[in-house]
Amino acid sequence: MKRRDFLKSTAVFISGAAVSLSSLELLDPQEVLAANPDLRWGFLVDTYKCVGFCVKACKIENDIPLEADVTRTWVERYVITKDGKVNMDSPKGALNGYTSKLIDQNESGMKKIPDADITQAFFVPKLCNQCSNPVCVQVCPVGATYQTADGVVLVDRTWCIGCGYCIMGCPYGVRFFHPVANVADKCTFCYHRISKGDNTACAQACPFGARRVGNLRDPNDPVAKAVLDQRIGVLRDEYGTKPNAYYIGLSKEVH
Amino acid sequence: MVEQLAQVVVHGQAWTVKDLFVLPNEYVYWSIQIVLYPYMTGLVAGAFVLSSLYHVFGVEKLKEIARFALVFSFALLPVAMLPLMLHLMQPMRGINVLMTPHFTSAISAFGIVFLAYTCIVAAEIWFVYREFIVSSVVRLGAKSDRSFYENTLFFIYKLISLGAMDVSPEALKADHKAIKILAGLGIPVASFLHGYAGFIFGSVKANALWMTPLMPVIFICSAIVSGIALCIVCYYVFMELRKWAAKRGKNYFLPDAIAHGSSAVDYEHLRSVQEHEVKMTSKYLLIFMTLALTLEILDMIFRGYTAVKSWDILRNVLLERDFTNIFVLQYGVGNFLPFIMLLIPGVTVRRAALASMLVLFGVFMMRWNVVIGGQAFSLTFHGFMDYSMPIIPRDIESFKEGLGGALLVGIAPFVIFYFLNMIFPAFMVDKEEAPH
Repeated sequence: MKRRDFLKSTAVFISGAAVSLSSLELLDPQEVLAANPDLRWGFLVDTYKCVGFCVKACKIENDIPLEADVTRTWVERYVITKDGKVNMDSPKGALNGYTSKLIDQNESGMKKIPDADITQAFFVPKLCNQCSNPVCVQVCPVGATYQTADGVVLVDRTWCIGCGYCIMGCPYGVRFFHPVANVADKCTFCYHRISKGDNTACAQACPFGARRVGNLRDPNDPVAKAVLDQRIGVLRDEYGTKPNAYYIGLSKEVH
Repeated sequence: MVEQLAQVVVHGQAWTVKDLFVLPNEYVYWSIQIVLYPYMTGLVAGAFVLSSLYHVFGVEKLKEIARFALVFSFALLPVAMLPLMLHLMQPMRGINVLMTPHFTSAISAFGIVFLAYTCIVAAEIWFVYREFIVSSVVRLGAKSDRSFYENTLFFIYKLISLGAMDVSPEALKADHKAIKILAGLGIPVASFLHGYAGFIFGSVKANALWMTPLMPVIFICSAIVSGIALCIVCYYVFMELRKWAAKRGKNYFLPDAIAHGSSAVDYEHLRSVQEHEVKMTSKYLLIFMTLALTLEILDMIFRGYTAVKSWDILRNVLLERDFTNIFVLQYGVGNFLPFIMLLIPGVTVRRAALASMLVLFGVFMMRWNVVIGGQAFSLTFHGFMDYSMPIIPRDIESFKEGLGGALLVGIAPFVIFYFLNMIFPAFMVDKEEAPH
């Protein structure tokens, strides 16, 4: 057989085999599960109960240096005065809780608001919304950020190139560069804990049960129940990301 | 462990100044290198489009600058990638974009588009210079006492001739056809290369300033503007250098003089060519400037008129915090002033070059105002961030994302061009037209 003929028949064989093999579909158990999942992680925040206590637990559990000014979860403080003005802050993400009445305005300094002027004040914890339509997964150029079959978005620290596109793309500002690993990082609902049946670090640390993780597909799950039978809100749904962190008592000032 | 890490500085913290209510994780993550990335790709694309005006549309008046623009575009190409590499937190993994491209991401196509574009420009240069390469191989090969420099050149020319030594009229005709096809193919690819740099920004729905479908078009127009302006400025400067060198017989600045002998380069001829090309090109600059400006202003008016939720904070950024950057530096000094300078009759070479320099500055400010301005306000719409560019580097990060990194990216294309010009004389005049 001549070399030319050999190459020719090899090419014909490979293309022929490729066409017929392509009709066979390989079944991936994970894909099957994803198409019909009985588990979808969601989060419930009761803003009436929040006092801003959970950030340190999260940082310790997830190895985010305490003094580094980035955080997987944070608590915002809202102070609304009689003139309708909304004052907000979150110094160090409320790592040490709120012990001062002064509002941290960064470069503009500390702002003092007389108690008599305040009409209402409350705390709102924020964390990754584990969106059903996550922007961060869409924009990652190398696929280092991905969504698990049970709905949690994770980052592959060995593959992230650190371009920051996911950080820019997230409408909630939950992403940041991990100061030690130098890759994108974010809240995972403590995936390493919840997938073993444990609670998230923040929910466990919260003394008032303001934070709760649960399975949205289980009708008996307290989180799923609350989502169904209470008046709840989600953050920034105008971006079409379909967030899965639900807030009881979400005020219009919060977004 | 906590004590050890007490001094951890987060990426972005060194140059971000926060004011009012900004989320804890928000910083100016995309800084000077990401300003330079669209700026450099814009220059690449613009220079290429300028060269194509001659090669595809047969604008004879741009013949001389077209050749220069093509070679310069090739010199700019590797530098368009440099800011991205400098910006990555994990630069060694940059290749992952090619290895596992995730095609829902706008960035993932970069590697492919960029490589395709590189191939097109390289191939076009090869066809444009093939005759010259062959003649150089013949000329240097005939020489018995070659210097080290000539030996190196001989080796390079022999290598890049790829063994295609046929310079018969039919072969040259085929070359011209190939050039035309490649230049024609290059225009959409160059536009795509840059338009999609605009898409990278325009598709970020979380960013109120960036998200507009006009972004890619605005980017393409400003790319062509900046590319043409850079070609005018560089053509002017390099021709001044050549005139200076031709007067004093400094042939190391004149690769074509080395190739064809000193008679090929004549001072008076250089002057007339320079004047003609610069004036002609500046007319095309005006056309594209009008287009770019119209789109940019349309975008701003539209935002103000529709005044959606984000307009309050955008108005604050555009009309107050960044007013000097946008309206004084970008539109005033970078657009309006050069526009007037080019419109006033009796354009001289110097005035055109100066106006082009201002245009280059204006486009740079536009990139700055888009990239940095887009991060000037918080996602909460209740706070602001400022980027204070690190001037004196304290560590590798503040070098990369500061003045040092910017200068590195700014200087690199000229260094590359110097060497590229040695191999492909960008100012070469076709032999039959050379003055006798």
